[in-house]
Amino acid sequence: MTLDAAVRVRRDGFTLDVTLTAAAGETVAVLGPNGAGKTTLLRALAGLDEMEGRVVLDGEVLEDTSEGVHVPAERRRAGLVFQDHVLFPHLSVVENVAFGLRAQKRPHAAAVAQRWLVEAGLGDRAGALPRALSGGQAQRVALIRALATEPKLLLLDEPLSALDVSVRAEVRRELTRQLDSFHGVRLLVTHDPLEAMALAHRLVVLEGGLVVQSGTPDEVTARPRSRFVADLAGVNLLRGRAHGDQVVLARDASVAAVGAGEGDVFAVIHPRAVALYRTRPDGTPRNVWHGEVESVDLHGDRVRVRVKGPVPLVAEVTRGATLELGLTAGATVWMAVKATEVSVYPA
Amino acid sequence: MLRRALAPVALFLVAACGLQSPGAPARTALTVFAAASLQPAFDKIGKILETSQNVDMTFSYAGTQTLVAQLTQGAPADVFASADTAHMASLQSAGLVQESQIFAHNRLQIAAAKGNPKGIRSLADLARPGLVAVLADPSVPAGKYAQQALAKAQVTVHPASLEQQVTGVLSKVALGEADAGIVYVSDIVTSGKVDGVAIPDDQNVIADYPIAILKPAQNASGAKAFVDLVLAADGQAILKAAGFGGV
Amino acid sequence: MSRAKIPAAIGILAAVGLLLFLVPLAGLIVRAPWNQALGELTDPTTTTALGLSVFCSLTATAIALILGIPLAMILARTRGTLRNVLRALTTLPMVLPPVVGGVALLLAFGRRGLVGSLLYQAFGIQIPFTTAAAVMAETFVAMPFLVIAVEAGLRSLDHRYEEAARSLGAGYWRVFIRVTLPLLRPAIFSGAVLCWARALGEFGATITFAGNFPGRTQTVPIAVYLALETRPEAAITLSLILLVVSVAILAGMRERWLGAL
Repeated sequence: MTLDAAVRVRRDGFTLDVTLTAAAGETVAVLGPNGAGKTTLLRALAGLDEMEGRVVLDGEVLEDTSEGVHVPAERRRAGLVFQDHVLFPHLSVVENVAFGLRAQKRPHAAAVAQRWLVEAGLGDRAGALPRALSGGQAQRVALIRALATEPKLLLLDEPLSALDVSVRAEVRRELTRQLDSFHGVRLLVTHDPLEAMALAHRLVVLEGGLVVQSGTPDEVTARPRSRFVADLAGVNLLRGRAHGDQVVLARDASVAAVGAGEGDVFAVIHPRAVALYRTRPDGTPRNVWHGEVESVDLHGDRVRVRVKGPVPLVAEVTRGATLELGLTAGATVWMAVKATEVSVYPA
Repeated sequence: MLRRALAPVALFLVAACGLQSPGAPARTALTVFAAASLQPAFDKIGKILETSQNVDMTFSYAGTQTLVAQLTQGAPADVFASADTAHMASLQSAGLVQESQIFAHNRLQIAAAKGNPKGIRSLADLARPGLVAVLADPSVPAGKYAQQALAKAQVTVHPASLEQQVTGVLSKVALGEADAGIVYVSDIVTSGKVDGVAIPDDQNVIADYPIAILKPAQNASGAKAFVDLVLAADGQAILKAAGFGGV
Repeated sequence: MSRAKIPAAIGILAAVGLLLFLVPLAGLIVRAPWNQALGELTDPTTTTALGLSVFCSLTATAIALILGIPLAMILARTRGTLRNVLRALTTLPMVLPPVVGGVALLLAFGRRGLVGSLLYQAFGIQIPFTTAAAVMAETFVAMPFLVIAVEAGLRSLDHRYEEAARSLGAGYWRVFIRVTLPLLRPAIFSGAVLCWARALGEFGATITFAGNFPGRTQTVPIAVYLALETRPEAAITLSLILLVVSVAILAGMRERWLGAL
């Protein structure tokens, strides 16, 4: 069972254009910053919003604009799990889970629903109303409600982000367990890299309505192709044109790298490789730039110093160093990076 | 700056008040409560008084019973003209009027749509099944009279509605909502929008209209002037032209 | 609770406002002819008017529910100029003087009316002066209350409940009956109560369009109006009954059924 989707949505000056495939048995996470179009994509696949393109699920054409095919949401066998559960407030937990079963005209809906709940360890909450549940319990019920109808496609919209951090880990474990035993196609949408990394087999990175990168979590973070992923991976990402050992950036700044090649490239510099000075240094590093400190953030024992200038970078140094150098916002600094510390790959 | 503007404005206002006519008496106000059927005639009479006596006339027309209820609750008025003697008597026993005088008579007539499409000839026709007939409520003089006339004619009518004042009956017929109604002759004369079907004398009722000055009258002299005008030749001529019988 | 002191001026104004409500009610209760009350209560005029009023107002409310909820749904889904126009139309009866409403109904459904003339000439149907006319007059003035309340409820409804239901396989009617309506219950309930109260008290449109006849079109407000001129004790008793009914409605409306009224 596979999902083949080519989705285009145009709205208010925003265009979403995504092509993706997902096979049963793998969890695909669509990752991207807010406003990237992730929820739009999900809603289009669920049949709730208008789209152009073609969506085929398990051989059935759900959407084909050129043929005028549009299967309405209620006939799609696509289960949807919202960020904040959206359980029906006027129905008990077991009635919530039974809702889809009744819509499918399955016999003994309440009994089947009860079994699902008991299996998930929520049997004792069956008669409660959603408002009596904790955030984590409600989200788990929402998942069960979607799974009970045995959909072919499971769509999860940021399933953990509305939960307290302390509860997240537990629900994530439960989610992983449920997803692994789910036999359909699973598509998860999130802006939280941790959620994506923990749950996904495959990542699709979405920015500004377009897919900028896809692959396994390791592949994606090893070679970031966007600021978002770079931030995710915690590295500095620069983009420019390579000529031999030089990469020319915007504003005429350039970075010396070893074997940069030719053409459009990404250049990655790890913050640990950035050294900071108050005065212009003299030494082997080929890359020396001038800049102004934008912010200084404590991360445990280390400090991340964000520097703006022709080559904006984040440097990771020790606390002692920042105190010694008097690094505060507005201070002028010099940065130095060894050419060998710059990794370059084609854009 | 405001104070400087105030003086000439004040002067202007004082002058304007005095500018009506040098040495003329101030305009007085007179309030007359009158039965609804009297409206066309009294409006005309009132105009005469306004010019000749320098009076600002205010008329309140409604069903007689409505006016009596208002007057007993303390509504201020100078003159009251009723469509029957019974209501005037109730005001007399309440001590609100002294003496009253009959100033006009009225008779009943059937009102039908222009052209009389339903061919109504008599009171008996009002009982025709399928005919929409409207009467005034028995608490209204016109309604009471209508019941008397129907009793005399030995006709039982099932009215579609019981109106609060006789002009309500007239308007329902004029609007085409009702096929027929029992109103006063004066209503038909002044309306022009409906046809009248006569009721024979032996079935008809003569309505006596009394007029009186109210005891707590604010403008006693004006009230007397109005009543005198109503009883005088000019007033009587107007009433006759409106379909009333004079005294 | 905040211990900030409320200025005296506000307290005084509020007290005056409260008196404006209390004094007339007190007048009604104090001046009521209690010793005659029972007699008046069982008087056929009173019971007939009451029965008719209850029947007409409940019927009007039922019609308002059947027609008003779909209207509210359309209103809630439209936007822009169309919505403004529709909204103005549906709230017009609320701001129109009731007598004007009655006149309008006559011009539309009277024997010479826009629609009424067709009905009369083709089928011999006459609407004015019938109980149906009284119900129509009450529906005309009271339905907007229901529509507005339900529309507000719909707009504040989270669309995602309906979307979740659809994603679970529920078709239009199942979503409507099992999700939308139950979630709308407070709005529908408060709208229906307001509608019923307004219908019960309707006078101007009823007397203009339906006229006045005991047992057929003489509702309690009309009966009170008439009785005031001839039998004031009956008028006061009827007024008291209506007052008691209104208070009972208010007291019976529990907040959890209403949300915020």
